[in-house]
Amino acid sequence: MLNTLQQKLLNDYQQDFPLSIRPYNDIAQALGVTEDEVLLAFEELSNEQFVTRIGAVIAPNKMGVSSLMAMAVPDDQLQQVAGIVSQYEEVNHNYERENRFNLWFVLITKDEQSLQQLITDIELKTGFKMLYLPLLADYFINLGFELDFDD
Amino acid sequence: MIDELDRQLIIALQQGLPIVSRPYKEIGLQLDIPEQEVVSRLCRLKQLGLIKRLGVIVNHRQLGYKANAMVVFNVPDSLIKQIGEHVSQFNFVNLCYKRPRCGEQWPYNLYCMIHGKNKQKVLQQLDTLIESCGLVKFERDILFSRQCFKQRGAIYKTGSNVSKCDRNAIRFDKELSVEKSIL
Repeated sequence: MLNTLQQKLLNDYQQDFPLSIRPYNDIAQALGVTEDEVLLAFEELSNEQFVTRIGAVIAPNKMGVSSLMAMAVPDDQLQQVAGIVSQYEEVNHNYERENRFNLWFVLITKDEQSLQQLITDIELKTGFKMLYLPLLADYFINLGFELDFDD
Repeated sequence: MIDELDRQLIIALQQGLPIVSRPYKEIGLQLDIPEQEVVSRLCRLKQLGLIKRLGVIVNHRQLGYKANAMVVFNVPDSLIKQIGEHVSQFNFVNLCYKRPRCGEQWPYNLYCMIHGKNKQKVLQQLDTLIESCGLVKFERDILFSRQCFKQRGAIYKTGSNVSKCDRNAIRFDKELSVEKSIL
């Protein structure tokens, strides 16, 4: 499904995309292909939605304040409550997970005060208390994600 | 530490780096700054650690990684750093965070994410992790994701009231905000 060039582009350029005038050409030279081939391969990866984008991942809490939140919602109310939560612009990544605490989402605001205000507001609107789970330490070193193309 | 132009640059980059021969030039045109300044500012933001990584952001689901587990442990505070760093070294672990415990209802303080092609594979990987990191004696839980209700749309605001619409609101795409990472 994916050719060798595409696999390499997916795995080897998640972290240090070249910061140079012609980055795709630098990649091409490193991989022994032409710049056009690299551009075409990225086009295809992007069209097929294998690549969300080539971009920057910002370190948590470096711009604004964020926190992971969890709610325990009865199954028959989950869709409705999830809908209310998703409507907030400050909500990012709202997921159902297999647990008594079944609704998990991230809040992002400009500062701590706004965050606390938002928490109060969501609890009031939904009628459910939340677990407030801000990040205390990040141990992750291995950035990026190694894809396994074998199976 | 960062100025308005840095912010604008980060926002411009949220659309994705253009797939053209000189992508930084194109971004520079949007912001009315020279290509070289785009490159040097991005280098600096990376050095400062504000940009955690710059590169290809893959779509796990589309690539067949359909099982996404958040694994939580209750480990002693005195060991958490050491354990967290050990856990992070496994290449199937995507993220590893310390978060506060919330009383008896939620006693966990260490979180890691495992994205796998299926549940079985993820459970196998988790077994490896538990054995290798000596985690068997610690209370734990595994939460696979089910439905996704929302994946994007976080906004940073500059105004004072978060609940109201703000003209100066800056729209961020999902990954800038804190990436899928945080979940």
